[in-house]
Amino acid sequence: MAINWFKYSAPSTFYALAGKLIPWFAISAAMMFAVGLYIGFFVAPVDYQQGEFYRIIFIHVPASILSMFLYLVMAGYAALGLIFNTRLSAMMATAIAPTGALFAFISLWTGALWGKPMWGAWWVWDARLTSELILLFLYLGYMALHSSIDDPRRADRASALLAIVGSVNVPIIYFSVKWWNTLHQGSTIKFSGTTMHVAMQQAMFIMLAACWLYAIAVVLARVRSVILERERQTKWVAELPEVRG
Amino acid sequence: MNGLDIWMRENPLTYVWLGSYAFALLIFAVEIVLVRHKRNLTLEQIRLLREAGEED
Repeated sequence: MAINWFKYSAPSTFYALAGKLIPWFAISAAMMFAVGLYIGFFVAPVDYQQGEFYRIIFIHVPASILSMFLYLVMAGYAALGLIFNTRLSAMMATAIAPTGALFAFISLWTGALWGKPMWGAWWVWDARLTSELILLFLYLGYMALHSSIDDPRRADRASALLAIVGSVNVPIIYFSVKWWNTLHQGSTIKFSGTTMHVAMQQAMFIMLAACWLYAIAVVLARVRSVILERERQTKWVAELPEVRG
Repeated sequence: MNGLDIWMRENPLTYVWLGSYAFALLIFAVEIVLVRHKRNLTLEQIRLLREAGEED
């Protein structure tokens, strides 16, 4: 049976679909967080060099990966909206930005907490840390620019340009540890594999999946509000049971 | 070494748990509350607009 995916590019159909999907993603995220934290704290062994401090990795790496991927997804949606003038794409980009910014903030925060016992400093102007900080500023700039323009369609177009131009920062973050001589350690997960203990890998990948599921659930919940706000004059919104009360 | 340095080396798991995980989970909780609040606010605004339209 062929599925007509274009059907879900209409805000009215996507609104209903998102409403059905949110509980599944949210429950799966909560379960994954519980399992990931259990393995991370009770199963994964102590690191011979970093002791217990290395356990920050199970939130730091997933948050960093999510902050970069969400930016690319946001820029992708913004580009789709700019090129094809699709309403839902711009709404998705708007909904992704705050979650991406939070993940960038968590990445910087947990990085500082890890840096203090390992390097003796909360912060250094290292290439990896600085480019991640720029990513946070790009998210904040995107949100500030979008909310500073009253007309939503004009706001979508202006902020889409910023998102697309800013996406050049994502490969800079990823390759910064290769391109420059940095204090930050090399990539934990490489395309060629990883040398981590299997329990550490399990904890990290489960926490990564949990963060993904959480991000999808919260972005879908936010985009439903954005859809309602933008489509409030339409008949289908007026006929929704939650609007009729 | 100052007091915090000594404390974090004596209690590494508490430092990691409270500083990273509890803080991250708190941020997630705040985000969920804000998203739910935004939805309730948007629905309330739409209902008010609808009622105002019906009165006209």
